[in-house]
Amino acid sequence: MASTVRTPHPREKRIIFRNIDRPGWTNDIDCYLRDGGYAELKKAFAMKPEQIVNEVKASGLRGRGGAGFPCGVKWGFIKPGGPKPVYLICNADESEPGTFKDRYIIHQDPHQLVEGTIISCYAVNARLAYIYIRGEFPLGAKILERALAEAREHGFLGKNILGSGFDCEIYVHRGAGAYICGEETGLIESMEGKRPYPRIKPPYFPAVLGLYLCPTIVNNVETLCNVKHIVRMGGAEYAKMGRPNNTGTRLLCVSGDVQRPGYYEFEVGGITFGQLIYDICDGLRPGRKLRAVIPGGSSAKVLSVADRYKIKSRQPDGSMLEKEMGLEELPIDFDTLAAAGSMAGSGGVIVMDDSRDMVWALNNINEFYAHESCGQCTPCREGSLWMKKITERMLHGGGTKQDTDTLKSVADNIAGRTICAFGEACSWPTQSFVAKFRDDFVAKSAGKENGTGSH
Amino acid sequence: MEIPAELESQIDEVIGHYPVSKRSATLPLLHLFQEYFGLIEDQAIEWIARKLELEPINVLELVTFYPMFRREPLGKHHIRVCRTLSCAMAGGYQLLDTFCKHANIVREHSGHDDHLLKSADGKYSIEFVECLASCGFGPVCMIDDDFFEAVAQEEVPQLLEKYQ
Amino acid sequence: MSAPTELLNVQIDGVWHQFPKGTRVIEACRRVGKFIPHYCYHPKLSSPGNCRMCLIEMGMPKPGPDRKPELGADGRPVISWIPRPQISCAQDIAEGMAIRTDSPLAKECRNGVMEFLLINHPLDCPICDQAGECHLQEYSVEFGTASSRFLEEKVKKPKHVELGPRVTLDDERCILCSRCIRFMKEIAHDDVLGFVSRGSYTYLTAYPNKRLDSNYSLNTVDICPVGALTSTDFRFKMRVWFLKETNSICTSCATGCNTLIGTRQNVVYRQTPRENNDVNSSWMCDYGRLNFHYLNSPERLQKPQIREKEALVNSNWKSALARAGEELRKFVNGRIALIASARMTNEELWLTKRLIASLGIVDHDVVPRRGEADQILLSADRNPNTLGAQLFGITNENPGAKLSEITEKVRSGSIRAIIALGEDLTDIELTTDDLKKLSLIVATGILPSETTRHATVLLPGSAFAEKRGSMINSKGRLQRLNRAVQAPGEARDDWEILRDLIQQLTGTNGIYLIEDVFRQIADAIPEMKGLSLSKISDKGVSLAEEAEETTKATASI
Repeated sequence: MASTVRTPHPREKRIIFRNIDRPGWTNDIDCYLRDGGYAELKKAFAMKPEQIVNEVKASGLRGRGGAGFPCGVKWGFIKPGGPKPVYLICNADESEPGTFKDRYIIHQDPHQLVEGTIISCYAVNARLAYIYIRGEFPLGAKILERALAEAREHGFLGKNILGSGFDCEIYVHRGAGAYICGEETGLIESMEGKRPYPRIKPPYFPAVLGLYLCPTIVNNVETLCNVKHIVRMGGAEYAKMGRPNNTGTRLLCVSGDVQRPGYYEFEVGGITFGQLIYDICDGLRPGRKLRAVIPGGSSAKVLSVADRYKIKSRQPDGSMLEKEMGLEELPIDFDTLAAAGSMAGSGGVIVMDDSRDMVWALNNINEFYAHESCGQCTPCREGSLWMKKITERMLHGGGTKQDTDTLKSVADNIAGRTICAFGEACSWPTQSFVAKFRDDFVAKSAGKENGTGSH
Repeated sequence: MEIPAELESQIDEVIGHYPVSKRSATLPLLHLFQEYFGLIEDQAIEWIARKLELEPINVLELVTFYPMFRREPLGKHHIRVCRTLSCAMAGGYQLLDTFCKHANIVREHSGHDDHLLKSADGKYSIEFVECLASCGFGPVCMIDDDFFEAVAQEEVPQLLEKYQ
Repeated sequence: MSAPTELLNVQIDGVWHQFPKGTRVIEACRRVGKFIPHYCYHPKLSSPGNCRMCLIEMGMPKPGPDRKPELGADGRPVISWIPRPQISCAQDIAEGMAIRTDSPLAKECRNGVMEFLLINHPLDCPICDQAGECHLQEYSVEFGTASSRFLEEKVKKPKHVELGPRVTLDDERCILCSRCIRFMKEIAHDDVLGFVSRGSYTYLTAYPNKRLDSNYSLNTVDICPVGALTSTDFRFKMRVWFLKETNSICTSCATGCNTLIGTRQNVVYRQTPRENNDVNSSWMCDYGRLNFHYLNSPERLQKPQIREKEALVNSNWKSALARAGEELRKFVNGRIALIASARMTNEELWLTKRLIASLGIVDHDVVPRRGEADQILLSADRNPNTLGAQLFGITNENPGAKLSEITEKVRSGSIRAIIALGEDLTDIELTTDDLKKLSLIVATGILPSETTRHATVLLPGSAFAEKRGSMINSKGRLQRLNRAVQAPGEARDDWEILRDLIQQLTGTNGIYLIEDVFRQIADAIPEMKGLSLSKISDKGVSLAEEAEETTKATASI
C-alpha cells in the first residue's frame, strides 16, 4: 500500500540517499538545516564558479540520468562571459522503465536537490533555472515548490544570495506524460512550449543553442545532488570512491523477480550483479533460476545468463587484465557494462527469471516505446510501432517464420539513423532480446510460412 | 470563456515564471485548466492562445501530444495503473482487470491498448499508463493525485471505497 | 562591395571539389551531380532533418599528433569517417569534409527509410493526384525494395479533409515532413497548420475553427512531396504526365510571378510557380494561380463581328478589319479616344502607340486596377504591365488620370469614337447610355462585356496563355510570356490584329513576325536597346529603370 519505511541494507553506502527512509526525517527546510543543510551552499559561494567547475571535473562525476556523460566536461562547454544568458534545467522527468530514484529524492529530501541545483547554477552562471518534473508526480511538484519557497525565505534563492551578488531564481515546470521530455533537447522544446521534438545536433547542442537558443545545462536530479557532496568533500576525495573513470556512488533500482526489490546506493562498480541479486535482494523467487537482467533501464541491451563477456580491468600494478565473466560476475559500472555490450544507463536493474517469456517481455517494452515515440523522424515513428505490432502478433499466435529476422532488421534500420537516442532506446531491446533469446522468438513462429497477421 | 478571478491570478503568476517567452507558459496553463475544469475544451484552447499571443493550433498541438490533458471529462475519480515491464511482471495487467471489475468499467476487447475508459455512472475512469517510476514496489497505481505501491489484488475494493 | 566568399575543400565520393563557405552539404553534392534524395529539406525553408532520407556517410580530417590534419600521400587530409550516418540537409560544408553519397551504408539507410515510409502509406497511387510527380514513387523505384514484408494493419487517419477552400488533405498519405507547416509559418506568415497526436498516430491538421485560407495556401500543395495536400481545383482533373508545361508568367498583378502553365489538348489544367529568385522565389499566390478558368469559358469571343443595323453579326477578319479602318477614317483629330489595357504585352502596346500616332489620338489611357499589397508577392497594382504602358506613353505616371476627362468628352459629344482594347468601358465611368451615344466603338476582347455588346466592330483577341510577348513587372523586370494554348475559334493574337488595323489605315508596315515588333521597340526605346524576345529568356531581364511603385515584396521572401 502506501510507502513503507524501508531500512537501508548494511552494505550500502548512502550518500545521496542518506536521508531517504531516515527515521525522524521530514522534508521541510528546518529538518534539513538542523542536519547541517545548506552548509555546502555557503561553502560554494565562498568559492569562485570556475573552482566549482574544476572540482566537478576532478570528481569524474558522470551523468546519472542515463547517458553517463562526464558532468564537468558538460559544464566546461559553457564559455563564461558570453553574450547570452545561461540556463540550467534539472531533469526530473524520471520515466525510464525500471528507474525509481529521483522520486524519493524529490518527495523525501527535496532540499538536497535544491541546494545542489543552486550550487550548480552558481557554477555555470545560470540566473534562471527550471526543475522539469514529470506530470505524474503532482505531490512532488508541490513539495518542490514549497522547498523553493522555503529556500527563498532563507535567502538561499532569489536576489543577492548570501550577499554574493549572485541572483538566481528557480521555478518548477510540470511535464504532462511524455517520456521524450526526458531527452535533453526534447525537454528544452517542451520548456519552450512547443511539441517536445528533440533537436538535431549539429547544430543544436544545448551548451550552445539550448533553451531559447541560449547556452543551457541539463542535468539529472541525482547528478545535481552529487554536486553538493562534491563541494563538501572536494572533487579528489569524491574520485576516490568507485573506480577510475567510474567515480562516486550511484543509486541502483532493482525490480523484477527478486525477493527484495528496491533502491540501493553503492560505490560505482562496488557490487556485481550476483552480489546485488543474491546478497542484497535476497535472491530470486523460490525454485527459480536467473535468466536475464536489463542493467540500466529498459533502453539498455539485455544481458543473458548464458553470455560470456571479455572484460578488461586495470590492475593495481597498472597492467590490464582481461577476464572472461558471466553475467553475475559483472561489476556494475559504466565502463564494464559498456564493454559487455550494454550500458549502466539510469541504474534501473530489471531481473528476469526462467519463468519469463522473452517475447512477452520484449512486447511489453515495445509497447512502451511505440506509445512514447514522439513521431518526429521516420525510422523511430514507423519502426517502433511496427516492432510492437510484430511482437504483439507473435504473442497472440500469429507469428510467422520471417518475424524473428524482420524484427532484427527493423531494429537495425532504426538504430543510428534517428535524430535522438530514442532510436537506440527503442531498437536496442529488440536487437538484444532477439539475439540472445532467439529460441523464444522462433518458438512463437514455428511452422508458419506467411501468417495472416491478424489477432 | 468565464475565468474565475482566483484562476486568473494563478495564471498571471505562472506566466511570470517565464520572463523570456510567454509560450513556455502553455504547459502550466493547460495544467491549471485541466485541474480546474477537468478537461480542456475548445474555448480553453482559444483562451490560452489569445492570452499567450499564439495561434490555437499551437496549443492544440500540445493538448493532443500529452496524455495528461483530456478533451473529454474524466470520471469523478481517475485511476492510473502502470503497465510497464516491472509492474507487468508484478501483476499490473491483473490489477487493471481487477480495478475495472470493481469500478464497473467495461472493456470492450481484451487488448490493453485502450487507454482511457469510464464507468457507466461516471464515477471512475481508468487508464493503463506507462512507467510511474516505482518499479521495485509494483504493481503501482494512482487514484487522482494519490500514489499507491505494492497494490495487492484483494486491496482494490477497499481502496476504491476511499474514492466515492 | 563584399569580400570574395571563402572556398572550402570538400571530398565527394572520392573527388575533391571546392565550394563557397556556407554551402549546405546536400547542395554541394547536387552541384557536382550527386543527387541526394530528400523529403523534408527545401532550400527556401528551415531544415528540421526529420525525414532521415538524406543520410550519407561523413568524415572529417583526422587530426595528427600536432592537432593539425594528418596529410596523406596525395597531400590531402586523411579522412576519419564518422561511424554513424549523418544527414546532409542541415549542415554546411567544412574544410576537409568528406562525403560518401552512395556507399553501401548510405544505400542501406535509404532503403530503410523508404520501407518505413511505405509501411503505413495507403496504396492510393491509382487515385492519387501526385502520381507522376511523387517523390515517394520516384525514390521507391530508385532506392526502395520491390516487395513489402509488412504484415500488420496500417494506421488509419482522416482522408479527404477540407483543410481550406482550395486545399484538400489526405492524412494517411502524409509523411509528416512538416514542409507545409514551415512554409505557412516562415513564408506566408500565417501559422495555421500543425501536427496533433503522437508517434505513428501523428497527423496534420488546422485548428477546427481556422482554415487554411491564406492566399498562399496552394504553395503547400506544390511543396508537399506526396499526395497528402492536393489542390481542390485540380483534384482528379488530369494525370500530370499528360500535361505539357509551358514557361510563362502570371498576369494577375504587377509582380509577374514566373509560372509553368500545364495544358493538354489545348486546355489549361493548372498553373504552378516556376523558381525565379529575382521575382517570386519558388512561390505564387492562389489568386493569380487559379485565375485561368476563364480561358476555357464557353463565352469566349471567337468570331469577328460587325454591326449591321442594330445587331452584331458574324463576319470574317478581312471584312471586319476593313470596316474598322473605314469607320475610323471618318473621324478626324480629337474625335477618337483610345482606352488600352495595362494587361497588354509590350508588343501590343507598341503597336497601340503606332495606332494612336496614325490616328492623331490625344485622349488615351489605360484602366487602372488597384488592390491591397500583401507584403509577400501580391502587388497593389493588379495590372501586369503598367510599366510597359507608361514606357510607351499609352499612359503617364498616374494611370487612369485621364479617364474622367475622356468620360466628360464622351458625354459632351466632343469624342465620337472609341477604340477599346481589352477593357470594358463601363469599368471606367461610362454607362451603357454613354456607349449608345458613341458613333463608333472598335473593340478587342476575349470575353463578352457591355463594350463588346455595343461594339460597331468586334475583334476577338487572345488571353495571356495564348500569346507570346513581353511585359515589364513592377520592379522593372522585362519578362516573357510563351504561348501555352491556341486561342479558340477564329480569335487572333492581339498584336496581329493591331498590326492589320494599322495596315488598314496606313498601308503596309513591314511587320511580319513578332520579333519585328520587338526590334522596333529595341531601336526606339533606350531601356530596351540590344534586347530581343529570345534574349529575355524564361528568366527575364532587369531593366535599369526603377519601378514607379516598388513593393517590398521580393525582399521579404
